[in-house]
Amino acid sequence: MLERQSMMLFKKLTARSSLLVVMMFGLFTVMATGIASAQDAASIPTDPAVVGAGKTLFDDNCAVCHKVHGQLLGPALKDLSKRRDVAWSKAFILNSQKVIQSGDADAVALYEEYGKLEMPAHDFSDDELNAILAYIKDESAKAPEVAQAEEAPAAEEAVQELAGIFDNKYMSIILAVNLLILVLILIVLGLTINVLTKYLNEKAELAEEDRELASQRFDFRAMLASKPVVFFVTLLFVTLVTKTVLDGLFSIGVQQGYAPTQPIAFSHEVHAGQYEIDCNYCHTGVTKSKNANIPSANICMNCHSTIKTDSEEVQKIFAAVENNQPIEWVRVHNLPDLAYFNHAQHVKVGGVECQTCHGEIQEMAVVKQHADLTMGWCVSCHRETKVNAEGNPYYDKLVEAHNKRSKEPLTVEDIGGLECSKCHY
Amino acid sequence: MKNKKQYWKGLEELNREPEFEQHAHSEFPEYLPVNLNKREGGNDSGTSRRDFLKMMGFGISAATLAACEAPVRKAIPYLNKPVEIDPGVANFYASSYINGGDYASVVVKTREGRPIKIEGNKESSITMGGTSAQQQASVLSLYDQQRYDAPRIAGKKAEWQQLDEEVLGALKRIAAEGGRLAVVSKTVLSPSMRAAVAAFQAKNFNTDHIIYDAVSVSAIPAANEKSFGRAVIPSYDFSKADVIVSFDADFMNNWISPVQFSAQYAKTRKLIDGNKEMSRHYQFESNLSLTGGNADYRSPIKPSEQGLAVAQLYNELARLAGEQSLAAKTNIEHVSRAAKDLWLARGKSLVVSGSNDVNVQILVNAINSMLDNYGRTINLDVPLKTRQGDDKAMAGFAAGLKSGKYAGVIFLGANPVYDYVKGADIAKGIKKTKLTVSTSDRRDETSELVNYVAPDHHFLEQWNDAEPVEGFFSLAQPTISPIFNTRQAGESLLAWAENNISYYDFVKSCWKKNLFPMQSSQLLFDSFWDESLYSGVFEPGKGKTSAGKAVFAGDVNEAASGIAKTYKTTGEYEVALYAGFAVGDGSQANNPFLQELPDPISKVTWDNYAAVSVEDAHKFGFSMKEENTNMVNVTISGKTYELPVVIQPGQAKGTVGIALGYGRRSGGKVAEKVGLDLYPAVGSLEGYQNLSVTKGVKVEPSEKSCRIARTQTHQTVMGRTNVVQEATLSEYQKDPFAGREFPHISGMDGTLSPTTVSLWKGHKYEDHHWGLAIDLTACNGCSSCVVSCNVENNIPAVGKEEVMKRREMTWLRIDRYYSSDGKAGDFEAMEQAAANPEVTFMPMMCQQCNNAPCETVCPVAATTHSTEGLNQMTYNRCIGTRYCANNCPYKVRRFNWFKYFDNNDSFPDNLSQNNELGKMVLNPDVTVRSRGVMEKCSFCVQRIQAGKLEARKDGRKMNDGDVDVACAASCSAGALVFGDMNNPESRISKMLKLKKSDNVNVKVEAKEPRAYHSLEEINVQPNVYYLTKIRNKDSKGSNA
Repeated sequence: MLERQSMMLFKKLTARSSLLVVMMFGLFTVMATGIASAQDAASIPTDPAVVGAGKTLFDDNCAVCHKVHGQLLGPALKDLSKRRDVAWSKAFILNSQKVIQSGDADAVALYEEYGKLEMPAHDFSDDELNAILAYIKDESAKAPEVAQAEEAPAAEEAVQELAGIFDNKYMSIILAVNLLILVLILIVLGLTINVLTKYLNEKAELAEEDRELASQRFDFRAMLASKPVVFFVTLLFVTLVTKTVLDGLFSIGVQQGYAPTQPIAFSHEVHAGQYEIDCNYCHTGVTKSKNANIPSANICMNCHSTIKTDSEEVQKIFAAVENNQPIEWVRVHNLPDLAYFNHAQHVKVGGVECQTCHGEIQEMAVVKQHADLTMGWCVSCHRETKVNAEGNPYYDKLVEAHNKRSKEPLTVEDIGGLECSKCHY
Repeated sequence: MKNKKQYWKGLEELNREPEFEQHAHSEFPEYLPVNLNKREGGNDSGTSRRDFLKMMGFGISAATLAACEAPVRKAIPYLNKPVEIDPGVANFYASSYINGGDYASVVVKTREGRPIKIEGNKESSITMGGTSAQQQASVLSLYDQQRYDAPRIAGKKAEWQQLDEEVLGALKRIAAEGGRLAVVSKTVLSPSMRAAVAAFQAKNFNTDHIIYDAVSVSAIPAANEKSFGRAVIPSYDFSKADVIVSFDADFMNNWISPVQFSAQYAKTRKLIDGNKEMSRHYQFESNLSLTGGNADYRSPIKPSEQGLAVAQLYNELARLAGEQSLAAKTNIEHVSRAAKDLWLARGKSLVVSGSNDVNVQILVNAINSMLDNYGRTINLDVPLKTRQGDDKAMAGFAAGLKSGKYAGVIFLGANPVYDYVKGADIAKGIKKTKLTVSTSDRRDETSELVNYVAPDHHFLEQWNDAEPVEGFFSLAQPTISPIFNTRQAGESLLAWAENNISYYDFVKSCWKKNLFPMQSSQLLFDSFWDESLYSGVFEPGKGKTSAGKAVFAGDVNEAASGIAKTYKTTGEYEVALYAGFAVGDGSQANNPFLQELPDPISKVTWDNYAAVSVEDAHKFGFSMKEENTNMVNVTISGKTYELPVVIQPGQAKGTVGIALGYGRRSGGKVAEKVGLDLYPAVGSLEGYQNLSVTKGVKVEPSEKSCRIARTQTHQTVMGRTNVVQEATLSEYQKDPFAGREFPHISGMDGTLSPTTVSLWKGHKYEDHHWGLAIDLTACNGCSSCVVSCNVENNIPAVGKEEVMKRREMTWLRIDRYYSSDGKAGDFEAMEQAAANPEVTFMPMMCQQCNNAPCETVCPVAATTHSTEGLNQMTYNRCIGTRYCANNCPYKVRRFNWFKYFDNNDSFPDNLSQNNELGKMVLNPDVTVRSRGVMEKCSFCVQRIQAGKLEARKDGRKMNDGDVDVACAASCSAGALVFGDMNNPESRISKMLKLKKSDNVNVKVEAKEPRAYHSLEEINVQPNVYYLTKIRNKDSKGSNA
């Protein structure tokens, strides 16, 4: 067991360090090439305001199909300004079909490479185009930092894991030694008793009572029937049964780990993990409603009208749309009707990450209920979580009042987060 | 105040009847039958407590086992999500409530595409954001299984195409034969519908369009024709009137345009923002109506005295004006006082009459003319269109149909077989007529008899428009796609005129042609349309000054001689019929929210009854004990109606009041078998509908007794004096604290204010502190808040049997107190008190006490206090000990004795929770409570949380008005004001003049002199404040 664990750990560590090496290498290359071809894209602005505007435009218009680093539906846009000339890029963004039809070799090659997937035409002004290109350029340059930032905590985690294992190892050794010492003491005591009994038995002038005591044999049955033993065994039994029953009762309705088979084998691992599609893109209600919303079929069709259209699972979406028959997903996270939960409150106002409650959803091929969704779980989070009050004037009065009486940060509990009618009405 | 008023909820309490005394102390009646089947005695048939416990034991283990296997739940997203809908987020659409002539501009709240709540539209200058109880309840009738699910031919389901073909074929045959057609409708508010009828008439030129109202005022346009040469109903402006005199016009409940009038009236009754003047209201009527309950001076008069009372007022005024008076000799109480007040308030007064007698209305016109009210409080240039019925045309139609004059008839959403006096004739006539069509959206007495039923959409499913007042338009848009295979009535009519246009296009084209040119702010029709659709109203008539003075040209003497002829006391008893309070004319009788809504005066639910005066009851030996009462045989024109007796204080002696709108023979399982149908008893006077029956009435006690479901005596004040605090206007003007009581408790150092000693440690409210202020002077008891609360909070309708056991579930009730200066025990004074008492309406809901007694006694902490001042009720923690209800001083907690949902066998009337369709009305943000838990008003905590979330999402502080509770939002009088008492800018803080208190036991102090807490002496410190009831009465001793 221990071996397997350490083996896995080793694998993990080696995998991560090799990733690290690759990343470092990438960083060097980027830096080198960046210096080499800086003058090519002189016309692209570098003003942070323009880059910011470009980010918004990119997120709103391009991010569905493109990433700067890595391929999504369309090619990776990293170092676009170095690979292509600015005028060409602009023309392609505005109307890719026009460029392709003009017979441009690069454009045609791209078109062929990406399965004749058409990039829709966009109605951008020249300033907007510049802003987008500025953002891509800016983003191309700083990418490795992001990757590294992600790496750091992982390594730290690994170290901690390792420490835990060493702790466990020591524990068992100490326990074993202790046990050995106890056994030795028992043997010594037994021997002492034996010697003493023999000595007493050999003595002649012993009183009747003492003789009886000395010749006493150890009676296992009598011991079993003795009151203290019966009492302790009963107590143990009752305690165990009670605990089992209580645990059983408390687990009623708790479906932690529930991972039903869905009518369509949709994988979050692919969509949220591999392609890094923002949760918000499909779960549109998450910032405005109590429901995060399971996406309607038309959202699936935004991409799947052209992507993987021959997949058996995607065909099911087509069938649903054609037959006008909505898809009946199996609900994974079921809160009882008496509890009111609002996604917008937690995600938009509280700034809670989806993963906090739903687990590493981007790694789930089949969605599984991560948390137990009990009231105790809700309450303990409300006790610990700090209120995301910064920049939200709604909380000003509460923060002010809280700061007067305490130095601790303001938690959800402090603003009535444990009150019944927060969730029950 | 030295002279203490005595408050009483019912005659039992006033008379200190032993049963009442005994039961007043126990919260529940002595029997607590757990088993529903054990209705009529018999112990052996019931389940014993032991059996019950056994079942419980089994139930728990069964439930535990069952719970181990969690059911698979499905999540079904849209195939193609509409852009404007986000599941979980409510959408609001401006629309219009239209039911015959009843109208309100509304905002419909929808969730996931289904309407769940109706709010008033504040953009409308007609209804000003107000709604009535019926309008609040109407959202449930959308999900009524009794609606037609498809068109019908001879009672069998059919396709629209076949129906249209057959109807068109029949129309052509009739046209070829030269036969006459009739289109019968209630008041048509919609200009587009009028155009559709006109289009039909153009195609079938032999068509009469007959309009009638179940309760008609058609004498008013007739009188105006004679007085001013204009056959219209003028618009009335109660808000400009300092003195209001009403002769039997229940203008806050059902007379012409009640929502509008209530809102206007309330404006004159608000003593806030430094205003120290209010209107004075006189009411002369037979039945104690809602409007009469609000009057400062009320005189009970017999129906046969109505005309004489008006004549007397005319005479008194003529004397003051120095004009010639009429020959009339009556001396009705308060008339001369009213005349003096009116004369002083010339041009700022209003006299109205609910009579449908042309002569009376002519005299009322003469009075208003003498008082110079035309052009000020009455405007003939801007007619009201909410009642368009023509009694004479309808009578002609009924006779014509019976005699076979018509070859075809189309009932356009009308049900005259039920709600017209000659319904039986019409039923006979229908059988003789070749082509009979009804567009009723649900099964009713008329649609059952016709050949073709072309069911209409519900008003929440249709495009429509309305013009309640000339120049004030309103749009209705669908808030859900049609649930059943129905079609807009206008579209059907157009289809039968061979015009296959969709009604949406038709309405739009009408607006383009007629309304678009009326404005100039929008250049494009589409933007004009969008703007009108967004706000729900288009009011080109707003702000127009058109008050040309009308010159009265009627013949007063002729009218007076007519009155003298008509109004003579002939019999011992007279019957005054009226449209039922909750169910109105009966068209909404299948709505359990309305059937279970207590009449604001008598507090009777689920029945109509014969209201008799206290004196007459003594004579007959009637008595009412708890829910048991006698029955009485009322014979009207030879037909006998056996009705339960309600001894009604304030009922005019010698009169019997009976409500219309009950006794539906066909109209749904809730509507049928409730009460008796009195429409056949409606009389007529010179061709006009007459709800007073003064001749041929016989009243005899029946041997039978029966049980009625009254909430009146449930929960009583036990003689405490400071629940209602009131004063007269002159007292208030002298001392703003008039009427206030300041209770004291005895301590070691003498008497103390109750707030100085406290058992509780108190709470800290750092952010919000929610509170509600209720102005008892403005509240008129209309009960729209009660239904609004029911719909918002998924409150079940429990049915008549359960109400009789005091188990009604409404979180908000309107306590109605009678009061009088007479002392209890003094028989004569008591008699006088009961004959015509003062009435106070007091909305009572959970007071959200800061020192809540309920919280202290809950053994499982299911009811706790929040950091925002709310008294929270956690259903899933409640184990149902009911200690909290016992310890609640206000008796506002409700216990779920049964499972009211998914329990159709026991609670078939609870339509909103017992079938899949009805459940669509439920508010998804509020839990449906199960059996065995306590519930109560939550201050609409779901709305508070939603409002807070909205502010947080926007990253801003909360503004006043971000949250409004359902009751306050529905109030046309604006009597309820909800808000954050920690926000000095909020309306409630300003209204109550809230200040931080120096007393550590008190959270906030209301500096407004009128503000008080009910039961202040127990120091529970509610977050609900009441403002004293002020009556505009002369103080004692200064009797004019």
